[in-house]
Amino acid sequence: MKKTGFYLLLLMVVLYCSGPLLWQFITSIKPDAELTRIPPVFPTEATMGHYISIFKGHPFPRIIINSAIIAASTTILSIIIGSLAGFGLAKLKIRYKTLILGFVLSVSMFPPIATVSPLYIIIRALGLRDTWLALIITYTTFSLPLSIWILTNFFREIPDELYRAARVDGCSPFQAFYKIMLPLSAPGFFTAAILIFIFSWNEFLFALTFTSTTASRTIPVGIALFPGLHEVPWGDIAAASVVVTIPLIILVFAFQKRIIEGLTAGAVKG
Amino acid sequence: MAKIRFENVKKGFNDVVVVKDLSLTINAGEFFTFVGPSGCGKSTLLNMIAGLEPVAEGKIYFDDVLVNDLSPKERDVAMVFQSYALYPHMTVYENMAFPLQMKKADKDIIDNEVRKAAALLGLEELLKRRPKELSGGQRQRVALGRAIIRKPKLFLMDEPLSNLDARLRIEMRAELKRLHQELKITTVYVTHDQAEAMSLSERVAVLHQGEIQQCGTPLEVYSRPANIFVAGFIGSPPMNFIKGKPQGNTVIIGIRPEDISVSNKSAKDSIEIVVSVIEPAGSFNWVDFMWNDVKMKGTGNVEEDLMPGKRAFINFSADKAITFDYITGRRL
Repeated sequence: MKKTGFYLLLLMVVLYCSGPLLWQFITSIKPDAELTRIPPVFPTEATMGHYISIFKGHPFPRIIINSAIIAASTTILSIIIGSLAGFGLAKLKIRYKTLILGFVLSVSMFPPIATVSPLYIIIRALGLRDTWLALIITYTTFSLPLSIWILTNFFREIPDELYRAARVDGCSPFQAFYKIMLPLSAPGFFTAAILIFIFSWNEFLFALTFTSTTASRTIPVGIALFPGLHEVPWGDIAAASVVVTIPLIILVFAFQKRIIEGLTAGAVKG
Repeated sequence: MAKIRFENVKKGFNDVVVVKDLSLTINAGEFFTFVGPSGCGKSTLLNMIAGLEPVAEGKIYFDDVLVNDLSPKERDVAMVFQSYALYPHMTVYENMAFPLQMKKADKDIIDNEVRKAAALLGLEELLKRRPKELSGGQRQRVALGRAIIRKPKLFLMDEPLSNLDARLRIEMRAELKRLHQELKITTVYVTHDQAEAMSLSERVAVLHQGEIQQCGTPLEVYSRPANIFVAGFIGSPPMNFIKGKPQGNTVIIGIRPEDISVSNKSAKDSIEIVVSVIEPAGSFNWVDFMWNDVKMKGTGNVEEDLMPGKRAFINFSADKAITFDYITGRRL
């Protein structure tokens, strides 16, 4: 009895959380005629039409490639810079560490809408409008606080004595970083990487502002700007959303074990 | 093998002085120990020797070469840490090979040296394991192996035995002594455990509040302590201190518990006291008693019928007693 209640509760939570995704999926297989019916109904017959039309009518593959390259580059850049900064802040003798960390964090507190106009002017002045680079630079800036914070905490977890042992054993600070500290904080890297990737993959405001053609347009903008003839093409939008969510789900599942290690690191000593 | 010379070395952190004006020479091949309570600056000293901590003022020489500005790598020292600091992602073999790899030694030479060190420390069976699969004693051996493998100028040991249980600690003490006798490499050892310092070292320096209180052989610091601090710190249980005025001036008289015998029979010159606690130590008993309102400790024969709360007699030879100045605490 107790167990049934528990699973019932679990089911409710899962349904609540996955509701939007499920509804999106249902919408994506509805025939056009049933899409806007009130009250909403389940599809009387499933159709793959929307899935076919997003790949036929739109430059959808190109948009996915844009997003993949931008998100991957952002992740790599942000991890490289973030790990170096995090290592320094966690293990090297630097004054005002707390102040630096606080300052870094404050960068991420600006609402994007407040920074988007000045950033647009900078991007335009640099001649980067409608390029991958415009978004990579912007996303790296905004994701760095996250990666620096996560990685600083990971490096802090590694005992100081390990770093000192590496130094005495003949490592320069940088060698100690990549031979000893890096392998030991791998879970932190996966955690930070996946979060940054998801952020870059889903970001909308900057992408909408800095891109203008399919040359650099990313998925969220691409989907939002799906052209409809007389009405919003809800079916195509839903199908596209489902398609682009799949890579993220695969990514998260593939690294799930590592991420859980990452999120719980320090709780139990190895 | 190297000789280490400190010349007026000073160090502080944020206005707190950790090491006050230290000058000292550690001889080549010597087993030298810095001993003192926690916070006395002994680990900071070790880190300065290793090059992990900059020297704020003064100079450190290895064999008359100034090392103040050399990196740890250039100093060619090996260090054993309290937590062992083994690299968790490497096997025992890789851990021990690491310092040689950093020196870019030949693969065959590395293999040869690792196997030799493993044989010396009884680690042959464990080379493929990772640190987390090892017991505390085994980890300690691997840490030692990693230190001896590249035949450094100098061994630094930062409380290497304090994470081991009591029995293993005694075993490893003997092992360290054997290693030192075999390799004859200058060793600087840091500990808060005076018994460890006494049993291992050729010379010890007792540190307190960043200053050397006394430096000498274990026997010297034990039998001729320079001041009250050293007298109270070296030896366990600690020395008894009594305030007295033998020649008119107030002095502190110190006498070790092992030099006071407690008996239930009165003898010539013996003093009557009341026993308060008896702690059996196997071959003899530690006996606590009160004398002139001062709590003191002595030793009693196990055959003696001493009982808490009963009267007994203490006896000690006057030349075992050490007198200290009441104000400065120095031995007179």
